[in-house]
Amino acid sequence: MSTTAASLLAFFEDLRSEGVAVGTSEILDAFAALDEVSWTDQRDFRESLAATIAKSQEDRRIFELLFDRHFFRAAETEALDRGIEDERFEGSGDRIDLDELREAIRRAIIEGNDGEMRDLARLAMTAFGRRGERSGVIGVDVQRIRRALGLQARGRRDDGDAEALDPDRVRQFERYLRRELERATIERTGKLPPSRPLAELDRTLPTSPAQDLTAVHRAVAQLKRRIATLGHEQRGRRRGRSVDVRRTMRASLETGGVPLNLRYRPKRPRRPEIYVLCDVSTSVSSASVFFLSVLHALHDSFRKLRSFVFIERISEVTDIFEHERDFRAIAQRISSEGGVADVSGYTDYGRVWLEFLTEISDELDPRSTVIVLGDARTNGREPHAEVFAQVAARAGRLFWLNPEPRLYWNYGDSVMAAYERYCDGAFECWTTRHLENFVNVVAGGIPAAE
Amino acid sequence: MPDSEPQSVAQVRQGLGEVGYLADEAAALVSFLAQRLGKPVLVEGPAGVGKTELAKALSRATGRRLVRLQCYEGLDEAKALYEWNYRKQLLRIQAEASGEAEAAEGSWERTRGDIFSEDFLFTRPLLEAISADDPVVLLIDEIDKTDQEFEAMLLEVLSDFQISIPELGVIEARTRPIVVLTSNNSRELTEALKRRCLYLWLDYPSVERELEIVRLHAPELDEGLARRLVEIVHMIRQLDLKKPPSIAESIDWARTLLLIGADDIDRETFESSMSILVKHRSDIDLVAERVSVKLGDAADVHDRG
Repeated sequence: MSTTAASLLAFFEDLRSEGVAVGTSEILDAFAALDEVSWTDQRDFRESLAATIAKSQEDRRIFELLFDRHFFRAAETEALDRGIEDERFEGSGDRIDLDELREAIRRAIIEGNDGEMRDLARLAMTAFGRRGERSGVIGVDVQRIRRALGLQARGRRDDGDAEALDPDRVRQFERYLRRELERATIERTGKLPPSRPLAELDRTLPTSPAQDLTAVHRAVAQLKRRIATLGHEQRGRRRGRSVDVRRTMRASLETGGVPLNLRYRPKRPRRPEIYVLCDVSTSVSSASVFFLSVLHALHDSFRKLRSFVFIERISEVTDIFEHERDFRAIAQRISSEGGVADVSGYTDYGRVWLEFLTEISDELDPRSTVIVLGDARTNGREPHAEVFAQVAARAGRLFWLNPEPRLYWNYGDSVMAAYERYCDGAFECWTTRHLENFVNVVAGGIPAAE
Repeated sequence: MPDSEPQSVAQVRQGLGEVGYLADEAAALVSFLAQRLGKPVLVEGPAGVGKTELAKALSRATGRRLVRLQCYEGLDEAKALYEWNYRKQLLRIQAEASGEAEAAEGSWERTRGDIFSEDFLFTRPLLEAISADDPVVLLIDEIDKTDQEFEAMLLEVLSDFQISIPELGVIEARTRPIVVLTSNNSRELTEALKRRCLYLWLDYPSVERELEIVRLHAPELDEGLARRLVEIVHMIRQLDLKKPPSIAESIDWARTLLLIGADDIDRETFESSMSILVKHRSDIDLVAERVSVKLGDAADVHDRG
């Protein structure tokens, strides 16, 4: 029991270092839960831990990643401690017939036999290890062995007459291979590879737009709620409310003319009017997919929203977003119909402000919010900060989301400082976490700790 | 069904199955733990995957009464916990005043003691669940719709199962309720709340499981047709819609097909009954464009058959 407990505690420690908030009460709950289910059933064990420890989908994802890694590593550590070495396949490597092995693996994959696949992965690793085909980098080795075995993830094998292999199962086999290779490395060196934190990219913004769309949509849905309920939050506050005398008198009839229940005038939340300006030039090309998905989500949430994209000139794209649902189609139409690039294809912020102001100045009023998504890199052109100041003066609020880390602002051709002082807030923003942070600040909350 | 603590996960699962809720592994396990550990369960997931239904099924399976608190923006303790019945109190004071005007001495003390008693209390769902004599299932629905202040107020109820009323003292639960909180994840809940709960993420079910669910609720439907129906629903969920169809809507659709006596889902049947699944103008356009073209015309179906 005590070793298991220690092992679990080490697992919780791992989770904490990945940013999952595991408190003492969660740990107590986890142990209480494990008392109730049988420890031997791996699925129950995992689910009980997850239900008590991982309190959001994000946490659950990290939990899954770490669970495998940790309990795999725990087994390895113990084996090392006891000096166990697996002798099963030692010495047999030279005699393994490659063709036979190839055939056996293919059959196991087609049948989907898990245990067989695991054993064969080890065999394959030994066989190819003997022939000196180890690069030392596990990922490279996996691919090398896979190719040598002629396992095509898609389509048919090279000779053409075999059945196609299920790509999922091939991936499964690759996972076993990877595991065996890790194991072999551990055996060889006698120590565990350093456990590196899950790469930041691994769990922040997934790079494909389809995946991060949902996350962005959620953050924007929060933004919408925050803005929409700004008025409601003040409803509960006593100060600043004004009594509606007429309705109070009327209500007092129920209590014999004594005004027991005061009626107040309701506070109407102000309707947000949002203008979003989005830079789509090449300098922000990696971020613009993210920005466009932010725009996409904003359009889903706000009725009075007008969006613009710009490079050298500015162009309104509200229509495209309103008529097109599919994200990829939107991205395509914007690049083909936007008409925002002139000759050079470099951003010209100064000109964009001038155009924006002439086009829209009459409609900007203190109720409107302007959000700029861009890196403020002018390519050496005139920034026209004074025009930007006019935009800021007319609009009620102006926020700037910059896809670059604050560290890079004002280096090179970035003129962020010139614009920043007119903004109500400037934020670095290239992940959904940043976006949520922005939402918090806009809604008057405390910025989340980084 | 008698209310006793379940002995195994399988038992909970079976119990839920008997009242018409097909729980997956995780849902059954968490329901089991909730009863054994006496902890609230926080259920999150997209709309229409059966979060609320889980609480209702638990109530049916355990034979407990369901007390439901529907959350909305601006919900406050007067609506969730308790409220003094001012009018009744006032009437009481007036009655006293007219009745024993001469015995003014000491009567105020008595009156005050009187009017702050349980007789003059409106019990709202939370107090009702706590003070109930029989064990209940407390469902706090769509907790993410409330403000953070309200969450803080819930903490006392959820961790200690008690409510403090300044004038009366602390009311403690006589029996331990099963508490289910649901959230559509429209905002991040506070750590403090999550810390007190078990967490369950419900997602759309797999084709096989949804097929079982549809067959359970519309048993007269032909199996082949039911499978095709579920596959189409899954196809629709793949699209980027404003509101993907929920499980309840698949069941409604199955019942509709029964009513109109369809024996296959061809394009015409689909387009005429699609409004049961898809309820946004732009979604309807998209589904019509992407899905219904994949379904054959009636003529093709006959060729195939």
